[in-house]
Amino acid sequence: MKKYLINYGMVLVLIALCALFSLLTLKREGATSAAAAGRLAGEIAAQYEPTDLIFVVGAGKKDSETFANLASEFLEDASFSRVEKVVGSPRDLRQAWDSAKAGDTLPKVIIVSGDVGKWTVLRSLRQDAVDLEIVMPRERLVSDFLKRTNLLAVVDRIVVIAVIAIGMTLVILTGGIDLSVGSLLALSAVIATLVMKAMGGLEAGWEVVLSGFVIATLCCGLIGGVGGFLVAQFRVAPFITTLAIMMITRGAAFMLTGGFSIYQVPESLTWLGQGTSFGVPNTVIVLIVLYTTAHIFMSHTRFGRYIYAVGGNEEAARLSGVPVKAVVIFVYLVGGLCAGFGGCIQASQLNSGAPNLGTMFELYVIAAVVVGGTSLSGGSGKIVGTLIGAFIISVIQNGMNLLGFGSYLQQVVLGAVILFAVLLDKARQRGSVKT
Amino acid sequence: MRGDGKTKDLIPLLEMRGIQKRFPGVLALDGVDLSLCSGEVIALLGENGAGKSTLIKMLGGAHQPDAGEIRIDGKVVEIHSAAAARRNGIAVIYQEFNLVPGLTVAENLFLGRETTRFGLVDHRAERKLAIEWLQRIGLDIDPDRPCGDLTVAQQQAVEIAKALSFDARILVMDEPSAVLTEQEVERLFEVVRDLRSSGIGIIYISHRLDEVDALADRLLVLRDGCPVGEGIVSETTRNELIEMMVGRPLEDEFPARDVETGKERLRVDGLNRGRSVRDVSFSVKAGEIVGFSGLVGAGRTETMRLIAGADRRDSGEIWIDGELIDYRSPRDAIAAGVCLLSEDRKGEGLVLGHSASDNFGLPNLRRFSRAGWLDEASERAEFNRYAKQLALRISGPEQTVRELSGGNQQKVVLAKWLARNANVILFDEPTRGIDVGAKFEIYQLMNQLAAEGKAIIMVSSELPEILGMSDRILVMREGCLVGEIENTPETTQEDVLELAMNQNAAA
Repeated sequence: MKKYLINYGMVLVLIALCALFSLLTLKREGATSAAAAGRLAGEIAAQYEPTDLIFVVGAGKKDSETFANLASEFLEDASFSRVEKVVGSPRDLRQAWDSAKAGDTLPKVIIVSGDVGKWTVLRSLRQDAVDLEIVMPRERLVSDFLKRTNLLAVVDRIVVIAVIAIGMTLVILTGGIDLSVGSLLALSAVIATLVMKAMGGLEAGWEVVLSGFVIATLCCGLIGGVGGFLVAQFRVAPFITTLAIMMITRGAAFMLTGGFSIYQVPESLTWLGQGTSFGVPNTVIVLIVLYTTAHIFMSHTRFGRYIYAVGGNEEAARLSGVPVKAVVIFVYLVGGLCAGFGGCIQASQLNSGAPNLGTMFELYVIAAVVVGGTSLSGGSGKIVGTLIGAFIISVIQNGMNLLGFGSYLQQVVLGAVILFAVLLDKARQRGSVKT
Repeated sequence: MRGDGKTKDLIPLLEMRGIQKRFPGVLALDGVDLSLCSGEVIALLGENGAGKSTLIKMLGGAHQPDAGEIRIDGKVVEIHSAAAARRNGIAVIYQEFNLVPGLTVAENLFLGRETTRFGLVDHRAERKLAIEWLQRIGLDIDPDRPCGDLTVAQQQAVEIAKALSFDARILVMDEPSAVLTEQEVERLFEVVRDLRSSGIGIIYISHRLDEVDALADRLLVLRDGCPVGEGIVSETTRNELIEMMVGRPLEDEFPARDVETGKERLRVDGLNRGRSVRDVSFSVKAGEIVGFSGLVGAGRTETMRLIAGADRRDSGEIWIDGELIDYRSPRDAIAAGVCLLSEDRKGEGLVLGHSASDNFGLPNLRRFSRAGWLDEASERAEFNRYAKQLALRISGPEQTVRELSGGNQQKVVLAKWLARNANVILFDEPTRGIDVGAKFEIYQLMNQLAAEGKAIIMVSSELPEILGMSDRILVMREGCLVGEIENTPETTQEDVLELAMNQNAAA
């Protein structure tokens, strides 16, 4: 039991964070909302005859008017023939009432939006007709955090980091580190957009976008692979190797564009980062596909097992016949590919490429991996954990934004979370030694 | 000079009485008494694993005794740390020096107690004192040189100087001569004699019996953690000494076996690597168990690593089943049918944080996968089969090997290599840190493998094991093969030990 708690502690942390932010961003809402209009109209339709006269009243304000429109439309759709919509001031309502009174049929029920419910004129109407029913939507509690648009924003914000974190997880599992991913992201975005610009720019079709993505991603994979080769063959410390690559690629990205952003890109560039397929944002699909693939690769293939073994005990792995060098080169290559693809997504989200993208991203990516429970000393960790780690970071940032926390405070909190994750990792290591 | 200690017996500098120390599963020391007087050299002798290191680590503050007491100048002391040892005037010079290679000699001498003036390190004063201390042991080196640049002998001398600078009255030296050349050893002897005449008590650990003759006043022999002999060096013959060290009677701790050898499986020709392996040539037949004997550092492990492809050889040829194999990595060696069960189980044999079945599968993943996809069910089934065969005590294939006992860890290593079905199997200290029952099981397994026609090499520092298991014994010393003994019932431990230790006889 304790073991499971430690292993899946981060899932609980993520759930707790989501619950916390859901509660903290709760708001009274709904007295004029569209959803309330439909619900209320539905109840009325069930209670009254289609021939009854029904007033639907909204104030002359935007959402209140929408409320009235929706409610009356709903009733008319339900074949109520005598629905009268009143939008405006209390005087408009009084006029409508008086003309109804003149026609000798008083409405049986008045549906009002939340703000209309406070009008004093309603009280005087009730004196005219004792059995008049006035219905008004109840107020509801709604959480800003749980809104669909907000949840999608959480994904949007983290998708690039989460994609790069896949490669970083592999690198860290072998006991290495890759500082170059932020710069590779920028280089990839720049190369991708430059290719698109060269192949037709604004007018070009989707196949140009695709080739830009492929070329950029492969370039970054190649650079990552070269770094891996240096680490594996010459045993240069990964920190230094990737630090150097970080500087080289960042510089190259600036040189390629002369320091400017590239906007001459085809329209279809935005498909990947902003579009949807089957009603689901493409970024979400990308995350699901990549993480599923990576998870299966790491847990069900021979090479995945090799990666864990190299990180757990490189010498034992070597003596067991594991091709250690190939494994090391491979993980940095994958790291480069992921960073490159992350750059493509970023370019698509921004509809442009710029050499200053992804600054500090390497640190956020490493943070996501570590928060996800992968040990920096290598050999233990899970791909799914990294996804959770990335979401924890994104949820914290998003939640604090909703609550109006400043970005400085956000950094402090994020740092504290990383420390907490590392301490949890230590506790886990001790736990496994003891049991 | 020798025997002078007796006259000074009235003032025992150090006394250890009834020392006992238990490690999980092993009684490392049991009822050891030792007394050391001022101006006396005691030689501490014993086979590997006899408990010498444990004993001196107690003096150095690294271990505490479970029972017994340590007295200094007749007063009971407790040595809980290296600092406490220093306060009590004890200095221990381990085989691994405690010097920071990047710092200068003077900086190392003053490490942790820097001389300061106005809060800043006073380099000039430190330099002056350092020269003084170095000269006390006749060492003429520039105190500004980084320690990493010094020879091993010089580093050792710096360690001694450091000990003296703390006013140590008890100096413990763990095999100080093992790493030195002959001339350097002479130099060391002079220093030790000087120190003795200045009243320092010295505990000197050595494997080399001629050193004991040359240097020590009294001796104490440990075996399996128990004191088995002590005496005045001048009154003890060399043969008595050897008998005391190895004197364990050969019981039935080794299963019997019919030897039937076949064709040559492994031939090694002129193997070289630096100073550690020099021109080693031998061959092993199918069905044969060859024991490799020698002292620690004789080059046995290094030889095995070359055969297993773990290190690159400078020169030499390796033939397997009559075929010259040119391999460059353990991967190639494994493919050629050679596997090595490393002496360093935890460092080289296992991924401690991973599960038993993952470890078991590691060299066999090709078998347990199709087109790169793992077939975990067959891996687990195979693991369970071996676990049963080897009587592995484990809660399940998913158990982390770190949680297993030494014997069971060794069985996981065995299982993973057995599944490889290699034809040449190199066992490096296969029974180190393993209880008696598991040892017997491992011996049986080795016999069974030999009967199946494998060629087996067993490196062991335990002479009874070498004698009990091998058909032939190869003895190494200082990187060279120095002897080959057909193992017959008449072969004695003395025969082997003589070859392994007697450097002067060869010269």
